[in-house]
Amino acid sequence: MSVSTSRDGRGGDCGCPRAASQEGDGAGGAERRQNAMSVRLRVWRQRDPQDKGGFEEYDAPRLTPDMSFLEMLDVVNEDLQREGQEPIAFDSDCREGICGMCCLVIDGVPHGPGRGTTTCQIYMRSFVDGATITVEPWRARAFPVLRDLIVDRSAFDRIIGAGGYNSVNTGSAPDANATLISQARAEEAFDAAACIGCGACVATCKNASAMLFVSAKMKHLNMLPQGKPERRERTVAMLKAMDDEGFGHCTNEYECEIVCPKEISVEHIAFLNREFLRSQVITTGLRPAVTEE
Amino acid sequence: MALDGHTPGGPLAEKWDRHRFDLKLVNPANKRKHTLIVVGTGLAGASAAATLAELGYHVKSFCIQDSPRRAHSIAAQGGINAAKNYQNDGDSVYRLFYDTIKGGDYRAREANVYRLAQESVNIIDQCVAQGVPFAREYGGTLSNRSFGGAQVSRTFYARGQTGQQLLLGAYGALMRQVHAGKVELYPRHEMLDLVVVDGHARGIVTRDLTTGKMESHVADAVLLCTGGYGNAFFLSTNAKGCNVTASWRAHRRGAYFANPCYTQIHPTCIPVAGGFQAKLTLMSESLRNDGRVWVPANKGDGRTPEQIPDGERDYYLERRYPSFGNLVPRDVASRAAKQACDEGRGVGATSRAVYLDFADAIRQDGEATIRQKYGNLFQMYEEITDEDPYRTPMRIYPAVHYTMGGLWVDYNLMSNLPGLFVLGEANFSDHGANRLGASALMQGLSDGYFVIPYTLGGYVAGTPLPEINTSHPAFVDAEKQAQGRLDALLAVDGSRTVDDFHRELGLLLWDHCGMARNASGLTQAGERVREIRDEFWQNVTVSGSTGELNQALERAGRVADFMEFAETMIQDALSRDESCGGHFREEHQTEEGEARRDDENFAHVAAWEFAGVGQESVLHKETLEFQNVALTQRSYK
Repeated sequence: MSVSTSRDGRGGDCGCPRAASQEGDGAGGAERRQNAMSVRLRVWRQRDPQDKGGFEEYDAPRLTPDMSFLEMLDVVNEDLQREGQEPIAFDSDCREGICGMCCLVIDGVPHGPGRGTTTCQIYMRSFVDGATITVEPWRARAFPVLRDLIVDRSAFDRIIGAGGYNSVNTGSAPDANATLISQARAEEAFDAAACIGCGACVATCKNASAMLFVSAKMKHLNMLPQGKPERRERTVAMLKAMDDEGFGHCTNEYECEIVCPKEISVEHIAFLNREFLRSQVITTGLRPAVTEE
Repeated sequence: MALDGHTPGGPLAEKWDRHRFDLKLVNPANKRKHTLIVVGTGLAGASAAATLAELGYHVKSFCIQDSPRRAHSIAAQGGINAAKNYQNDGDSVYRLFYDTIKGGDYRAREANVYRLAQESVNIIDQCVAQGVPFAREYGGTLSNRSFGGAQVSRTFYARGQTGQQLLLGAYGALMRQVHAGKVELYPRHEMLDLVVVDGHARGIVTRDLTTGKMESHVADAVLLCTGGYGNAFFLSTNAKGCNVTASWRAHRRGAYFANPCYTQIHPTCIPVAGGFQAKLTLMSESLRNDGRVWVPANKGDGRTPEQIPDGERDYYLERRYPSFGNLVPRDVASRAAKQACDEGRGVGATSRAVYLDFADAIRQDGEATIRQKYGNLFQMYEEITDEDPYRTPMRIYPAVHYTMGGLWVDYNLMSNLPGLFVLGEANFSDHGANRLGASALMQGLSDGYFVIPYTLGGYVAGTPLPEINTSHPAFVDAEKQAQGRLDALLAVDGSRTVDDFHRELGLLLWDHCGMARNASGLTQAGERVREIRDEFWQNVTVSGSTGELNQALERAGRVADFMEFAETMIQDALSRDESCGGHFREEHQTEEGEARRDDENFAHVAAWEFAGVGQESVLHKETLEFQNVALTQRSYK
């Protein structure tokens, strides 16, 4: 099953009545919010990893535009359980866009409509009343489906295990101000470090490539002085782990950046490619193994 | 019975050094022979598991999420305190210690808090070495801000995502040890029981949440790093999965639960919008540095905020607390918001909210400056409420955020059950009756990186631990009980959902054991909890089976434990017949409505021993001795 994605498929900046509410007072806004809406869901159901799975349809009545998408699913699940049916299994935890656990493909787009948001930060006001919404799990060979909308993303953990850290045992750190880092460099490292490891980049990529994820962690560490000693080893080890886990390669479609809830830039992938080339030059002996680092 | 916290002797500043020297060491060659279980992978759990593995121990690490990186420490926004005094503004280890003791309303153990302040400086060093991208000054040094009522700038921060960056540092350290084969990682595994053999904690029973398989794990010590119990209230700023089960199961096996009535209600959260709501979202406390809190001066004022002239607004925090103003500690700010709303001056559709207004700050510093400081928070607010905080004041209301109570531990972070250690929010130790902002991250990492590696070694080296395996009757029995409980939940086959019960329980606790409590309300609530619990076991509906991925069953087990725990929480709140920190008993307040402590009768830790479901727990007191600070009434006026 393939996931097709296009910018057109994103309804983030839809014509929801945002401008009107800013003019209105609190009471007017509340009145608008109580206007019920309903949607029809087409949801991927799959009992376990072996099951073939398929879509099932559910009505979600009595909604309000201020409900989050996951709260809407909570309501649907409550109804299913009262009817003695099994609720839809889906992952979520913090519900404030930072833990990276929620992972739904909504109408073909990982994390649904809206730029720079996770699934849990999507609100029903982004959909039109009466819409039919298709909900699927992440799709990638490296992310097998465990049940319904839940997938196994432990491949990401193993990539981090291969090199996504500075090897510094507790207790052996110098004073925190001993190394000066310019504000600009710290900010740039932060932009990369903001990745929440949700895997939307993989889910949207036609190659199921994890390059955005890997490059973000690599850049965060490789560009800071603390990360320099392991720069080469980290680059080689993380890329090898990525290949071993069955993720594809990058063919510069940039869909990953569009769906990334933290708006991680594809420029990091260019950084990764440079780091990889550099590591190859050094390991093949074209340059001395010990460099300025 | 009196409890002994095993605080070492000597002057306050020398206790930790002396103690570290007195603790026995484990022969490096023997460490790998000791298996340690660490439950939870937040700041405390991940830092402990990584550090213990670095030392050579064999570690098994468990978490309920799909990856250790998801633990709820990740959501901490504001920052982490450390007594580095990089700003040269008068900070010191002693000042951080003093502020924390005072902020906790003198209900924490002096020696623990002093150690926390001492270790705070090492945490920052460690995290920077890991690559945590803290905010920096133009010259390249680390930046600090003042936070949570502190009058010095000692808070280190990474935009509004400090918890995320600290956790990713600890997670990286953990994954490095997993990769090296020193840590066995068990994601999507839930601890369902603690196994006690001959009075010592020797293992746990877990359920593989993917397959439903029940498993037993043997160890020489068990570390619970499983966070707080805030989700007892259903609505809180905690993640959906946060629960009290690991702590509660350990409690049922004999570990004392200390101060369960201490819950921190955070003043700046987005108000409840409707009955469907699944969680509440925190707006970082740092917003109070620039935002001004107000309500209309008159009751039932239906005008929009823009229509209310300055003279008809009540900036009640600035009025009541002129010296701290909008920066008073969390418990004080929360209570003041509740009082304003109780007086009928609340705003918004539900009238349970107050304004947090940035108009003056925007006028003074410009919108660009405010956007740079709080851009991500303003954006989050707008996504949730559909209102633009640059144009109209935010509406905020207090929400359950953090729990100061937890399993009782001594100075070594060991519970009264030998071999059971409790770290981070799961223990009761360092924050007294109220936690200061940016202190939770500090405590989690201090416990995990710098305390447990020493104290655990002392236990392992000094305790005979006979070899056992999972065929020991204690394991077989615990596994059978855990399975039996799951079967019982499925067998009820009633008509109300788990969430439905959870909401009812949460609302009850919020009304009677929340920001203000009184004896009659607590007594009624206690009775009502028993009724809800009885109905739960007769009328809950849980679908599916035990041998599969079954989220309804997971939640049912957790809510069942919240129902038992809630009674202990209420009992503690009833028995603590004073006001202190976040525990405000309406019977005990000054004429100005401030909390009135009773140091003569309540300067103690209340540690409760389980006596059976529905049975009154047995109280053990640990007297708190203050040899270094004088107990005063907290004043932020």
